[in-house]
Amino acid sequence: MADLRVTIGQMELRNPVTTASGTCGFGEELAEFFDPGRIGGIFVKGLTLKPREGNPYPRMAETASGMLNSVGLQNKGIDYFTEHIYPRIKDFDTHIIANVNGSTIEDYVDLSEKLNRLEKIPAIELNISCPNVREGGMAFGISCPSASAVTRAVREVWDRTLIVKLSPNVTDIRDIALAVEEAGADAFSLINTLLGMAVDAEKRRPVLATITGGLSGPAIKPIALRMVWQVAQVSRLPIIGIGGIMNATDAIEFMLAGASAIQVGTAIFIDPLAPVKIAEGIGEYLVRHGCSKVSEIIGALRVD
Amino acid sequence: MKRIQDCTISKITWLNTDSYLLELDVPDEIPVLAPGQFAEIRIGNSPDVFLRRPFSFLDADVENRKLVFFIKRIGKGTRHLGELHPGETVNIIYPLGNHFQVPEKGNVLIVGGGSGIAPFILLGKELQKKGVGMTFLLGGKAGSDILLTDRFSQYGDVLITTEDGSKGEKGMVTDHSVFTSDPFPFTMIYACGPEPMMKAVARMSCLKNIPCEVSLENLMACGFGVCLCCIVETTEGNLCVCTEGPVFNTNRLKWQICA
Repeated sequence: MADLRVTIGQMELRNPVTTASGTCGFGEELAEFFDPGRIGGIFVKGLTLKPREGNPYPRMAETASGMLNSVGLQNKGIDYFTEHIYPRIKDFDTHIIANVNGSTIEDYVDLSEKLNRLEKIPAIELNISCPNVREGGMAFGISCPSASAVTRAVREVWDRTLIVKLSPNVTDIRDIALAVEEAGADAFSLINTLLGMAVDAEKRRPVLATITGGLSGPAIKPIALRMVWQVAQVSRLPIIGIGGIMNATDAIEFMLAGASAIQVGTAIFIDPLAPVKIAEGIGEYLVRHGCSKVSEIIGALRVD
Repeated sequence: MKRIQDCTISKITWLNTDSYLLELDVPDEIPVLAPGQFAEIRIGNSPDVFLRRPFSFLDADVENRKLVFFIKRIGKGTRHLGELHPGETVNIIYPLGNHFQVPEKGNVLIVGGGSGIAPFILLGKELQKKGVGMTFLLGGKAGSDILLTDRFSQYGDVLITTEDGSKGEKGMVTDHSVFTSDPFPFTMIYACGPEPMMKAVARMSCLKNIPCEVSLENLMACGFGVCLCCIVETTEGNLCVCTEGPVFNTNRLKWQICA
């Protein structure tokens, strides 16, 4: 049995497989299918300071090898999370990572400060890449000065691991990554969804109520792999790779391209056991390739 | 506990050009299924049909470990599924969702439009077990849309409306003369079908001052409460149809039908 442990900031994950924010609820829903102790971590549904109802229905469109969503960060707010959800999930035998959202830098900072009081949140994932909200969200993640400013402000109040989730909807993701690194981030997660659109030709209307939404699933995997590779070339911070990972082979591709860990997202909708199967499959791959540690394959892509 | 299982298709029975019964052999003992609950079925590996599709249980044969679904071909997923053959397998997640509230006594009206009859055999069985009287009111565009009447008549009277008048009374379900009965003999209404139909039925329930439950068919990506895509506006805010529903008492929905 190979050693599957990986390190992200101050966290040691038992294996590189985590679940992506917005695809795994707060972990409880998945705990009905498998023991959370079998994966490295759970990135819970995006949190905001105040409750949010999210966007109107319809919020989802199936597309070729993927889907669009425009959920818009529906959640009951940090206070509800702290009081009702956190006590139920804090003792899961895995890392619970909070996904932090805001309309202003102050929102991100205030939310991070509130999370500081929760002992069993070892890391936050700063979401500066949500494409489905009118204010904040992706707006922070598509320019270097704002990505840097929000990261720096949160770094001031958050001593535990700080992961910044990057948007693919940018001209050059390397520039944003470097700005965020310089501002004090411990790790990157990438990519968030790609801004997309679906049209109903018969009705001559957009499928989503918000017209545009975020594209996920295997359709975006080649783009995600390319971006992980690009960021790995310019930064030494650990990368959590995200984008259309359906099986262990997909996950290994991301790790070879430079990711230290991965998030499984849309695949969960189709197979809630996917994260567990992927963790097992990575172990089998390592044995087959004569690796004793998963760290041996991180960034091990041969390009010569 | 929710299950994820490979099931073998034992039979696909076409009822008209668009609708079929899908019968699955389940490998393990079937848990107790409440009327209105559903399964998410994975339909092959076509990139076109990426997500699972939710279907209510029409019926379950616990002794012979069979699940039966009534399915109308309305898109790519339901078309692919109907083209599979006995002996092929599909993967299902079940049981999902909440269920119809079955009263201890009374006399209920069950209204189904189009594919909306999907959950009503299980409901009929449950009501019969409790000794609750029931009448089915089935609506369609034409007589060929009115299906499974012999099955429903095992549990109660079957009333019919068609828009073209080719079977039963002419008009929409809410045009049926049963709604003019005085006194109105029913204590509760259940409805499933196109949303305008369910809203019209819910409006009737307001006029008659009796409760109404509807089963919603919102688009879902997951079916178990993690994607937050299938939401419906309720008096408690946006709720997931897959976990808080699919069955809702209409007084929880913001349909503003009782105004």
